[in-house]
Amino acid sequence: MINPHPGLPELEYVKPATLVEASQFLAEHNGTAKPFSGGTDCFVRLRDGVLKVDYLVDIKGLDGTKELSFDPKKGLTIGAAVPMNKVATNKDVIAHYPNLAMAANSVASYQLRNRATIVGNICNASPAGDTIGTCMALDGVLNVHGTDGFRQIPLNSFFLGPGRTVLKPGDVVISITLPVPPAGMVGVYKKLGRNTIGDLSIVGVAVLGYPNSKSPSGYTFRIALASVAPVPFEALKAEALLSEKKITEETIAQAADIAMESVTPIDDVRGSARYRKLMVRNLTREAITEVWNQLSK
Amino acid sequence: MAYQRITLTVNDLTETVDVPHNMTLLQMLRQKLSLTGTKNGCSAGECGACTVLMNGEPVNSCMVLAAECEGATIVTVEGLAKNGKLSKVQEAVAKAGGVQCGFCTPGMMISATALLERNPNPTDEEIRQAIVGNLCRCTGYFRIVNGIKEAAKM
Ligand SMILES: Cc1cc2nc3c(=O)[nH]c(=O)nc-3n(C[C@H](O)[C@H](O)[C@H](O)COP(=O)(O)OP(=O)(O)OC[C@H]3O[C@@H](n4cnc5c(N)ncnc54)[C@H](O)[C@@H]3O)c2cc1C
Ligand code: FES
Ligand code: FES
Repeated sequence: MINPHPGLPELEYVKPATLVEASQFLAEHNGTAKPFSGGTDCFVRLRDGVLKVDYLVDIKGLDGTKELSFDPKKGLTIGAAVPMNKVATNKDVIAHYPNLAMAANSVASYQLRNRATIVGNICNASPAGDTIGTCMALDGVLNVHGTDGFRQIPLNSFFLGPGRTVLKPGDVVISITLPVPPAGMVGVYKKLGRNTIGDLSIVGVAVLGYPNSKSPSGYTFRIALASVAPVPFEALKAEALLSEKKITEETIAQAADIAMESVTPIDDVRGSARYRKLMVRNLTREAITEVWNQLSK
Repeated sequence: MAYQRITLTVNDLTETVDVPHNMTLLQMLRQKLSLTGTKNGCSAGECGACTVLMNGEPVNSCMVLAAECEGATIVTVEGLAKNGKLSKVQEAVAKAGGVQCGFCTPGMMISATALLERNPNPTDEEIRQAIVGNLCRCTGYFRIVNGIKEAAKM
């Protein structure tokens, strides 16, 4: 009989005091140790037996991981140990990055968001990660500590495939920095789950737009799509169309069609590939329209 | 098997417990402290039957390691009633008929208590959002929402 409530397999909990210690430990135990923050991805995978480790390395005590601060020049920095609810209720986030609050609030349930983190969502590298697209469209940069010290990794060169990133043995992501958004930015996150709340996304669409005198259309749009390709990605061709052509109902519909053509979804329990493609078109059109209605007010 | 000694506060009592590293907060509460009010529905963060307050915020205790709880303050359903008297939420939800089999109730009470703490006058929508992570197979939620609304008025 299948045990419906397996406990966590045998493992050792390690809580390093410094970044150097953490990176060293992770590098020395490459393949048998994993960093974790909220554990909401790790624990499920450990219980299911898809993840096997000897050591779980708690990063929540490390320097910089509890930071949540906004600087009018540098932007927003979110530490790897900051739970999503803290992010979504932060007044600077609500004032300057309301689309990020929206994406964070779309994840799971209130109590899970007291543990789940944005950095964990990103490092997990699931195609369905709900906050990844918005962080990409906001040009997020990860602050990382490894065995060679500190470095930065832009989010748009972070993902290699489902569950795979450019992180090396010994790397700990300390935080993510989101630059100050362009003036007049409007952004939304549209998520389609099997129910309206509390489920992984079948399709997730993050769209933001802002006035830009350098674009022929007078605007720049960023469109990032989740759950419809091996990794969340930006629909660059659709973005280009919206910067080149005057924005009308027709160009918005065209951009949504182009976004649909750019995706390579799979069939799974949550939806068929065909359904996902159609929903990318519909949600992208809805999201761009919502952003445009506010921009053109 | 690696063990760790942790000291934490559970329902106003200081407890020192030796916990295996792979033990969850849920397992510690039920197996080490015999606080069986907190339920195990799914062990996967989905159902909310295991919800407790950790440092004032509701969390799924099945998704927290006991070893992470050094110095933490935990409140379980057993800690809501004071001096044998049910809390306002407990009383109001029971009165509204929001308890049937009762399996979801401990977690539901914790989520509702935390909601009223951060938002003493929630709308229906806000109540529903706050209990998204507390699944109930019996009541259809309607009476639970009504009970929480009544508690807000008390
Ligand atoms: C019931 C349930 C519902 C969920 N619903 C959603 C949903 O709606 N949308 C969604 O997007 N996700 C959902 N998830 C998945 C999960 O909650 C999120 O991905 C969450 O953001 C993960 O954050 P965490 O801190 O808990 O990650 P963890 O489990 O701690 O870590 C996740 C991964 O990132 C790595 N990692 C973590 N921190 C670091 C670090 N600092 N440096 C390097 N690597 C690191 C870990 O090694 C691991 O591989 C759900 C999970 C559950 C259990
Ligand atoms: S037992 Fe923890 S959420 Fe179901
Ligand atoms: S009363 Fe039975 S599950 Fe809620």
